Amino acid sequence: MAQLPILVVGGGISGITAAVEAAETGYEVILIEKEPSLGGRVAQLRYYFPKLCPPTCGLEINYRRIKTNPRIKVYTMAEVTEISGGAGNYKVKVKIRPRYVNDNCTACGECEKVCQGERVSEFDFGLRKTKAIYLPYPMAFPMKYVLDKDALAPGDLERIMAACKYKAIDPDMKEEIKEFEVGAIIWATGWKPYDATKLDNLGYGKFANVITNMQMERLASPWGPTGGKILRPSDNTPPKRVAFVQCAGSRDENHLPYCSYICCLASLKQSIYLAEQDPEAEALIFYIDLRTPGRYEKFLKRAQEEAKIKFIKGKVAKIEEDPETKDLIVTAEDTLSGKKVNERVNMVVLALGMQPSIAGLQIPGLSVDENGFVTSEEGIIGCGCAKMPLDVMTSNETATGAALKAIQTIIRG
Amino acid sequence: MQKIGVFICTSCNIADRLDIAELENAAREQGAAVVYSREFLCSKEGRAFIEEKIKEDGLEAVSICACSQRVNYDVFNFDNVAVDRANLREGVVWSRFPIGENGEILDDSTEVVEGVTFKDELMSLAKDYVRMSVAKLQSYNFPQPYKPEEEISKTILVIGGGVAGLTAALEAAKAGYDVVLVEKEKELGGFVAKMKAHCEVKPPYQNLVPPIVNDLISQVESNDKIKVYKGATVTNISGAPGLYQVKIKQGGKEEEVKIGAIVLAAGFKPYDASKLEHLGFGKIKNVVTNVQFEEMAKSGKLVRPSDGAPIKSVLFIQCAGQRDENHLPYCSGFCCLASLKQAKYIREADPEAKAFIIYDHMRTMGIFENFYKSLQDDPGVFLTKGKVVEVSEGENGKVKVIVDETLLGEKLEIEVDVVVLAIGMVPVTAEEPVLNLEYRQGPGLPELELFYGYADSNFVCFPYETRRTGIYAAGAVHQPMTIQQAIEDARGAALKAIQCLVAIEEGRAVHPRTWDFAYPEFDLKMCTQCKRCTEECPFGALNEDEKGFPIQFVTRCRRCGTCFGACPQRIISFKDYSVDMIGNMVKATEMPEQGYGQYRLMAFVCENDALPALDMAAYQKKSIPVSFRIIPVRCLGAVNVAFIKDSMSKGYDGILLLGCKYGENYQCHFIKGSELANRRMENVAETLQQLALEQERVTLHTVAIDEVDEAVNKMREFEEEIKGFDENPFKGW
Repeated sequence: MAQLPILVVGGGISGITAAVEAAETGYEVILIEKEPSLGGRVAQLRYYFPKLCPPTCGLEINYRRIKTNPRIKVYTMAEVTEISGGAGNYKVKVKIRPRYVNDNCTACGECEKVCQGERVSEFDFGLRKTKAIYLPYPMAFPMKYVLDKDALAPGDLERIMAACKYKAIDPDMKEEIKEFEVGAIIWATGWKPYDATKLDNLGYGKFANVITNMQMERLASPWGPTGGKILRPSDNTPPKRVAFVQCAGSRDENHLPYCSYICCLASLKQSIYLAEQDPEAEALIFYIDLRTPGRYEKFLKRAQEEAKIKFIKGKVAKIEEDPETKDLIVTAEDTLSGKKVNERVNMVVLALGMQPSIAGLQIPGLSVDENGFVTSEEGIIGCGCAKMPLDVMTSNETATGAALKAIQTIIRG
Repeated sequence: MQKIGVFICTSCNIADRLDIAELENAAREQGAAVVYSREFLCSKEGRAFIEEKIKEDGLEAVSICACSQRVNYDVFNFDNVAVDRANLREGVVWSRFPIGENGEILDDSTEVVEGVTFKDELMSLAKDYVRMSVAKLQSYNFPQPYKPEEEISKTILVIGGGVAGLTAALEAAKAGYDVVLVEKEKELGGFVAKMKAHCEVKPPYQNLVPPIVNDLISQVESNDKIKVYKGATVTNISGAPGLYQVKIKQGGKEEEVKIGAIVLAAGFKPYDASKLEHLGFGKIKNVVTNVQFEEMAKSGKLVRPSDGAPIKSVLFIQCAGQRDENHLPYCSGFCCLASLKQAKYIREADPEAKAFIIYDHMRTMGIFENFYKSLQDDPGVFLTKGKVVEVSEGENGKVKVIVDETLLGEKLEIEVDVVVLAIGMVPVTAEEPVLNLEYRQGPGLPELELFYGYADSNFVCFPYETRRTGIYAAGAVHQPMTIQQAIEDARGAALKAIQCLVAIEEGRAVHPRTWDFAYPEFDLKMCTQCKRCTEECPFGALNEDEKGFPIQFVTRCRRCGTCFGACPQRIISFKDYSVDMIGNMVKATEMPEQGYGQYRLMAFVCENDALPALDMAAYQKKSIPVSFRIIPVRCLGAVNVAFIKDSMSKGYDGILLLGCKYGENYQCHFIKGSELANRRMENVAETLQQLALEQERVTLHTVAIDEVDEAVNKMREFEEEIKGFDENPFKGW
């Protein structure tokens, strides 16, 4: 019997890494991703810490590795609904949502021009709208449009179908259930930002100028909603003073009990974004502990040199809005001085914790812990942030190792 | 290639803006055997059409004149047929527009100089691209997989028998590979074996467990695929991946073994505590390191070194000799967890005992917060941020510690039985090369200088990137890390070692050009022994013989073409990439006569970052000056000065090199391609001077992949600058 393939669930940086590493070691791989494009969270970032380099650079090379490797099959808009069988011989049910755009799409963009209906862009965390037919992001993989039928305006469908010279629009596409037989499963579904509206005292959703750190990434991104200019949502002005609230949801028994690993580094990085745009802009980082382990200590120094950062050791107790200016007043106890501090800022960035993407879901055949992190077992191997909070570098270490565990499972048969 | 078919796509605005018949003629003139144009070439029908014509016409190569090489790669991929892509869509019709004074897009019929319309210029560009593509295929040879004459060894050498080395050895063996494990100590297990316990490496990550290595050691020792050398060192490694000869010295004997790939898991040494006299070490008997304290705990003798009295109180000083420019500038990542663990030892040994932990930042990363939390509720463990200002001898053998800047807002004076210094880790590679490579560029790893002696890759996305192909670092020699991370890391490194062997067997490159079967070939007859190739190779792939000729080790090579770019004699070429090929492409373009009024510019563009940025510009319909001909290259390091000379003598008025950002945070996938190209610009400047040409005519710019506007602006600015000069006087020669 021919060797069964490895199924990689999740097409973010961990899943992509696991897939290419396994395929380049000679094994067949099926890579599935629930969004319309590969790339995951890292595709939404402007820069990686500590090098301040764009994630699309590494994605580009990984996409090329996928494109040139016939051993990898990619399915987007696909989710696992059920796993049965055991190590060496799993049956996996995968639901594939209709894209309503077929492989004929050349990404020429004519459809987008004539489409009038709009939808909120989740990729930009609601900071802008896209047309009902849209390219997930400029470097999407696959480079194909997607149609959100619910967002179409009257007459749109006729217009976009007429505009498409390649018969790529297929409004009758149906949801599909595929069943794959695989020898091993690498679970790399990554993370989602913790729901900020659950943090009552921090004003997210109530005050326009309280944003999340992932929204900050989109604001800083040259392909983002503001073309890379960091502007506060209430009046589109560049903020002069920004508070970063660390451990927003993390290290908190009422929310996420664990530390989310990347948020201190992300806020330091975002302080540098601010300084790039306005050297006088001030970042106030409210923290419990500054967690910059290993070589990242050097990055902490870099941020202190390049950005104007005031560190305040203390958990933020509340955030209030000045209704006139839409500025925010951040209250915390400075645990070093023992004094209560009130700081007026133009914008607040919540350094939100990471939650496993599958938290709250029940997938038959997959075991998770009480936080939703996948617990590895024989044949189903968790990696990246689906397994535990990690940065990109260590995620990729776990993903590469997961490829080996999967291969061992396949060899044993 | 002789039988070349040209396929021109008319879709995606190509036929809207270009005269297809003229393109067809250009292809024929350049020597295409057959030329076809049709709409929607990437459709199933389009692809089937090409396949059919390949068969019918007996084509050896096809030029697809359609979209960018970055898209539809899988569609335009035909067995045993060479494929080149002429970028008419992103490269011409989507990115070259006549721009009005207010930035508006004008009609193609707009006159750009007297008697010349924009359409003329656009056609000239498109025809050049078609001709260049045919010329490229004419110079193209099929790469042949590299097969070494010697038999390939598939044995993996693991250096270091600590938790990382043991894991790497076991994981590789479980995948069916033979392993040779070399440990310099008499026993396996490394630091972890000397521990009493450590935090568990699986959920819920909050309990202490006996050292995991105990089990690993017995598994390794009973695995017949793993050969263990204890009390042994690697004294010499020669050869190349798949073909290493490794000398192992054990006792008085030296043995030579054949090895395929290597996992370097040599681990760390504790920081030299004798440098921490200011914290009382060496002066006060009851001041010990965390390593010493662990030994005390393991032996069950938690007593004061000074008098053997049971320890009733301990104070842990975090970051001892760490995060300090005078000592280790980095954080070792494990010591907060270690001190919490050791505090727990004391509490478990004696419920009356007290532990104090004085830290700057408590760094129990990620899920290990669970372990931290499990101790926070213990009233016998007192934790505070603070700064230790003095450690001195107190009464009755006690140690007195003064702590300032605490969370209590006051100076604390604490007397304890023992003070533990949480010292950090120093990678073994900071002090010795360990590998002892017989490489022209030295015995160790060149990346060490970047991060305090760690064998760290400097790539966020590719943690196992290595400048010595086939050698993958894991564990505390790779980065400072915890036991849990070392296990994960070692597993990844084992996979990379196996993967390297698979690539060698298939005769292709390893990351990043994993699809590449071609490799540089040297025509040594013309070599002048200038040594540029052997010095500049970022991966140390070349040795030198005693006369200074390069000795090539193909399996070390990563196909970046740095040697090719460096060679002044042009003796290095790839089957599918050569000085002649680029020269022929340049020659194939049409150069207007002097006085035409429109300049011609050449751009050599890095395929991984600058080219995608330009494609993005095309999707956003940003205009790149129509004067530019763009040749994508694998890396700017693979741009030979001959390309520039050829372009200049052809009559190009200016040449732009667009590559990755360099410096400490370099983005080049071949380490320093753009940096080397920049250095070579000095030679270029000299050449230009000799030709009495302005040196600004050849310029290098760096852009990141997301700097779409910058890439376009730099091209526009370059054109403006060149317009300040006369036309290239060599035009028409």
